[in-house]
Amino acid sequence: MNEAVTLDRAAGQRVAADPIATLPLTLTINGEPRQLEVAPWTSLLDLLRDKLDLTGSKKGCDHGQCGACTVLIDGKRMNSCLKLAVTLDGCEVTTIEGLGQPDNLHPLQAAFVEHDAFQCGYCTPGQICSAQGLINEGHAKTRDEVREQMSGNLCRCGAYPNIADAVLEVLGTEKKA
Amino acid sequence: MNTATKIGIGSALSRVDGADKVTGRAKYAAEYKVDDLLYGVAVCAKIAKGKILSIDEADARAVPGVVDVISHLNRPKQAWLDRNWKDELSIPGEPFKAFHDETVMFAGQPVALVVADTFEAARFAASLIDIRYEEEPHNIDFAASLDEKFMPSHLKRRNNYHPPKNRGHAQQAYDDAPVKVAADYHLAPEHHNPMEMHASTVEWHGDGKITVYDKVQGSQGPQAYLASAFGLGKKNVRVVNAFVGGGFGSGLRPQWQVQLAVMGAIHLEQSVRVVMTRQQMFTHAHRPECTYSVRLGAEPDGKLSAMMHDATTSTSRFENNMEDIVIWGMMAYDCPNASGEYAIAPRDTYTSADMRAPGAATGMTLFEIAMDEMAYAAGVDPLDFRLRNYSEVDAMNGTPYTSKALREAYQEGAARFGWDKRSAAPRSMKEGRELVGYGMATGMWDAMFSKTAARATLSADGKLEVASASSDIGTGTYTVMVQVAADTLGLSPDRITATLGDSDLPEAPVEGGSWGAASTGAAVQLACQSVAKKLLSAAGKLDGDPFHGVNGIEGLEFADGAMIRRDNPDVRASLTDVMAAAGLDKIEVEETAGPGIGDMISMARKSRNTHSAVFCEVRVDEELNQVRVTRVVNAVAAGRIINPKTARSQILGGVVMGIGMALHEETFADTTLGRWMNHNFAEYHVPAHADIHDIDVIFVDEPDPEVTPLGVKGLGEIGIVGTAAAVANAIYHATGKRVRSLPITIDKLLDAPAD
Repeated sequence: MNEAVTLDRAAGQRVAADPIATLPLTLTINGEPRQLEVAPWTSLLDLLRDKLDLTGSKKGCDHGQCGACTVLIDGKRMNSCLKLAVTLDGCEVTTIEGLGQPDNLHPLQAAFVEHDAFQCGYCTPGQICSAQGLINEGHAKTRDEVREQMSGNLCRCGAYPNIADAVLEVLGTEKKA
Repeated sequence: MNTATKIGIGSALSRVDGADKVTGRAKYAAEYKVDDLLYGVAVCAKIAKGKILSIDEADARAVPGVVDVISHLNRPKQAWLDRNWKDELSIPGEPFKAFHDETVMFAGQPVALVVADTFEAARFAASLIDIRYEEEPHNIDFAASLDEKFMPSHLKRRNNYHPPKNRGHAQQAYDDAPVKVAADYHLAPEHHNPMEMHASTVEWHGDGKITVYDKVQGSQGPQAYLASAFGLGKKNVRVVNAFVGGGFGSGLRPQWQVQLAVMGAIHLEQSVRVVMTRQQMFTHAHRPECTYSVRLGAEPDGKLSAMMHDATTSTSRFENNMEDIVIWGMMAYDCPNASGEYAIAPRDTYTSADMRAPGAATGMTLFEIAMDEMAYAAGVDPLDFRLRNYSEVDAMNGTPYTSKALREAYQEGAARFGWDKRSAAPRSMKEGRELVGYGMATGMWDAMFSKTAARATLSADGKLEVASASSDIGTGTYTVMVQVAADTLGLSPDRITATLGDSDLPEAPVEGGSWGAASTGAAVQLACQSVAKKLLSAAGKLDGDPFHGVNGIEGLEFADGAMIRRDNPDVRASLTDVMAAAGLDKIEVEETAGPGIGDMISMARKSRNTHSAVFCEVRVDEELNQVRVTRVVNAVAAGRIINPKTARSQILGGVVMGIGMALHEETFADTTLGRWMNHNFAEYHVPAHADIHDIDVIFVDEPDPEVTPLGVKGLGEIGIVGTAAAVANAIYHATGKRVRSLPITIDKLLDAPAD
C-alpha cells in the first residue's frame, strides 16, 4: 500500500508542475458533430454528464460493473465509464437522449413503459441502450439468450422479468418487419 | 354518453413518469445543472477505530483546480448537541456527525472533503491526502460481538420496536413435546445498494438560502435536519428529491454525503456536489447481521405446542438499531405456548439500518425455514402444516385482523404453482443433471398509515395538479396520485399532473414502511373531494341551477371531465363550464389525511398486516451444487390494489431481492482490518438478469375498508418477506441438505450433510 501511495505522490507532483492540458476531440453525439476540448483523464460518462449536460447516461459504479452508463459507440454497446473520451476521436456516440423523445418514443422506450420494465428508472437508460446493442448484435433470439446477454445491466428494483418482456417484444417486432 | 369509461383506482395505468425515465429526462440528485458548481470527493478513514493525528493536504492542494480541503480542522460550525442532529427516523444513541472531531468510529468514515472545479481533479487530489491515525482495538466480527449483546433500557430503544409478548409456558411445553426441532439460523449483513449512489447537489443562492437536491427518501425530514444541524433556519433550506434512483431504506435517514456537501457549500459560499462512490455505498446503512435460535415443539399430527425464539442483530457502538425479529412467528401461528428473546450486539461499523421489510425479511424468513424443518419432522406437507397452525387472529397480541386473506393466498398460490405435483420426500425429483425441489413459505408485513397532506389545484381549463411532499423511490407514487385524482374527479390522467419530492409542498413523511400509497393516496383523495365540494357549490351559478337539491358530493358522479347527478344521469356539466359559470380561475385546496380518533381506537383493537404465500421451484446441479430459482409464485393479500401493473412490479422487485438474500447477497467482514471486504458490485453479488426466471404474482381479493381510508395496505415490502425461506426450503427439498445460513452459496451446499 505504501508503494502505491508513493507512486500517487509522484504523479501528484507531476500534475502540479504541469497542469492537465486538454486535447481536441471530435465526436458525433446523437447525430450532432461536436468539436470538444477534453482533459485526457475524463471518461466518456463524465464528459456526457458533467460537461455536456447529457445526464440520461447514469453512473452506478464507475467501474464497469453495473451497466447503468451503457451507451452505443458506433452502434456497439459500451460502458461509458470505462472509456476515456479522448480515445474515441471520430466516433459516433448515441445516448438515451438520442434514441427518442417523450412525444416520439423509440420502440424500446415505448415497450419499457408498456411493460413497466423499471421502477426507480436509474438503470433504465443503460438497459435500453444495452438492449439496442443486443438487437444490433443479432445473437439473442430466446428469452434465455436475452437474459444471459443483458446480464451486464443490473437492476436493483428487480424489473428483470419485465425488461425481458419489453426486449422480446421489440425483437419480435423487428423480426416481423 | 352516460356510460363513463373511467381510469382510476384499479386501472393498470402505465407509470405517468415513465416517458421521463425512459428518455433520460428525469433528473436525479447529481444531475441538476447549477452555476459555478464545485465537485467534492470524500476521503474515507482507512482504520476502523481511533483518532486522526494529522492530515497532510499539501499534495492535494497542489493539484490544479483544487479549491479547498475540508475536515474537522476547518469545517463550518455544527450543532454541538446530539438532539440537534435528530432526523425523522433517528434511533437512540449519538447520530453520526461528519468532521465533528478527530474521532474515527468505523472504517470508511468520511474524514475529509476535497473540493475542486472538476470531478476528476477532486478525485485525484483526494487520493493524495495523507492521514496519520492513532489506532485503537476494534471489533467488527459479529460472532465476537455477541459477548457484548444487550437489551437497551426503555428510553434507549427504538420507538417502533415491539417487544415479544410471551404466552403460556413455552419451555415446559417444548420439553414435553413429542416432536421437536431446534436449530440456529443466520443471515449475513446486506448492503442496500440502490443503483443511484447517494448524492447531493447543494445550490448556494448567496442570500443565506440553499437548495439541496438530495438522494433521500423524504424531503421535509432532511430539510429540518440540515437546518438544525448547521444552524441554517428551516426557511433557508429547500430539499428536492423529485426522482430517487432506488432506496430500499438506505435513504430513510440523511446520509453523510449531504452533510459534506452542505458543509462544503457553507465553507466556500458556493454550490457543491458530492456523490458517493459505489465503494462508499458500503460505508453506511446495511441490513443487520442476525443470529436466530428457534425451538419448536409439536404434537405428532403437526399441531404446534411450543415455540421459543431468541435472536440478536448487529448495531454500531454509537446507535441502538433494533428490529422486530422474533414476533412474526408469534403473531402468525396458533400455538398456545410461545416465548421470545431479543438483543442487539454492537460492533465498530456504521449503524445498521432498515432495509426492505426490516425485521420481517430477516425474522419471518429465518423462522419459516424452521417451520419447514418442523413440517418434515412431523411428516406433514409444509403447506398443510401451516394450514394446521393457521391463526385467524394475531396470536401474539390476541387481536383480530382488519383482514387476513392468507388462506386464499395459500390456495390460489398452490394451485397456480402446482404444489400438488410435489413428491413429499427430499431429493426425490430430478430432471437431467439437476435435482428439482419445491418449497414454500409465509410472508407477513405491517399495513401502515402515516399523516400526509396534499394540495389539489383545478384550473379553469380543466387541468388538475395534485401535489404533496411525498416521494417516489420507484414505488409509483406519481402514478398513484394521478390515479386517485382521476378516480375522484373523473378526469383523464393526461389532464392531471402529480408533483412531489420537494420540501416546499404540503407535509408528508419519509417514504418507507409501505405506507406511501395508502397515505399519499388518502390525502389526494381528500383534497380532490374538497375540490368536488367547491365545484358543487359553484354549480349553483349554472343556468337553471340543474344541480339544485343535490345533497353533498355523494349525490354526484364525476366522469369524463364532468359532474353528473346520480339521481338523474342526464343532468351533467363539464367542470370547465361549472368554473366558467362561477367565474373561477382555479380551485385550490389542501387537505391532510391522518388517523382520526376512531382509527386510533381501531388500531389498538385490531392488527393491520399484509400476508403472502410464496412458492418456489429450484433446480440444483447435482455435481456442481449450482442453484437456479426457476419458478416463483407469490400470492399476496394486501387489501385493495390501486394499480395492478405497478403493484406487480413491487412484488417482482421484492422477490428478486429475496432471491438475492437466499443465494447471493453477503457483505464480508475483514475482522483484522475492520472493513467490509467486498465493497463493489463485482464481489457483492446482487441478482442479475440471468439469475431471474419466471415470477408469477397473484393478488388475492381482500376488501378491507377499515385498514386505511382507501383500503390499501401497501406493497413495497411484503414481496421480499418469506421469499428467501421458500428458496431455502426448495433447496432442502431438492437436495436433502438443510443450510441454515443465508445466503446459500455453493460452498455451504457442498459442506452440508444430506439428511
